[in-house]
Amino acid sequence: MSDRMINWYKYAGPQAFYPLAGKMIPWFWVLAAIFGIAGLYVGFLVAPTDAQQGEGYRIIFLHVPASWMSMFIYLVMAFWAGLGLAFNFRLSGMMAQALAPTGAMFAFLSLWTGALWGKPMWGTWWVWDARLTSELILLFLYVGFIALQSAIDDPRRADKAGAILALVGVVNIPIIYFSVKWWNTLHQGSTVNLTKSSMATTMLWGMLLCALACWMYAIAVALMRVRRIMLEREKDTLWVREELAKEAQ
Amino acid sequence: MIYWNSLSDFLAMGTHGFYVWGSFIVMAALMILEPILLIRSRKTLIARLKRQYRAEKLDRSTVNKASREESH
Repeated sequence: MSDRMINWYKYAGPQAFYPLAGKMIPWFWVLAAIFGIAGLYVGFLVAPTDAQQGEGYRIIFLHVPASWMSMFIYLVMAFWAGLGLAFNFRLSGMMAQALAPTGAMFAFLSLWTGALWGKPMWGTWWVWDARLTSELILLFLYVGFIALQSAIDDPRRADKAGAILALVGVVNIPIIYFSVKWWNTLHQGSTVNLTKSSMATTMLWGMLLCALACWMYAIAVALMRVRRIMLEREKDTLWVREELAKEAQ
Repeated sequence: MIYWNSLSDFLAMGTHGFYVWGSFIVMAALMILEPILLIRSRKTLIARLKRQYRAEKLDRSTVNKASREESH
């Protein structure tokens, strides 16, 4: 029993995860580049025009992946935060901290591309409708999480405070996702459905490839950031000293 | 296979060039900037930690030397 516990902690510990993440990062960059080039090629060069929206609809290949990632990263961040709160793993707080800036960036991009899409289609950059407002709240939740964590010096306390904020904020995710169903919004309904999709096949492929690219990108960037956080937080441990001794001068 | 007739068609995006490229450029810029900033901050951190470790080592060796000299 105790053997198993020790093993588990060994693999969940930063000193085991740090080199593993370092090996994985280049692969995720390669995948991100392949999916990104393929997705942009299909979306911007091959896909036909949209009958209703003209060429402006091509913003979908940026807007939908950014919006998906902003929501999904939040869920992953809250999952790690909750795990840290419950089991006190050192890794979980670091993972949550590493994901927040990338999630915030995607939330901002979702709003930015959305505004640039809304202007030609609806005639306005912004409306206070349910979908847009709840996505703006998501951006504020990310910013609040980052600000709260950086305001507390002790990393363990910072993790705990951030985790509570992250978990409370999870309620916003289904609100964003279902807002177009629950309320009458200016925002169009979801484009992809499990049963039937309202898009041409090439458009769908372009969007899925772009989404995969953003996914791989987010993993690569989060791993890079978590490695930096590990070095910083564990700088007084032997493994960080040994790890840095290996680095070229 | 390619949908566009000419490069200028592609750049014009119907009448929506400003909106499409305004989205694309900002998204691409941020997704290039983020890893660059991460690489830079990692380098600064590693340099700082190495300086700190060297300083600690130096401290220890001066303390050792001082205590050896005292004992003589």
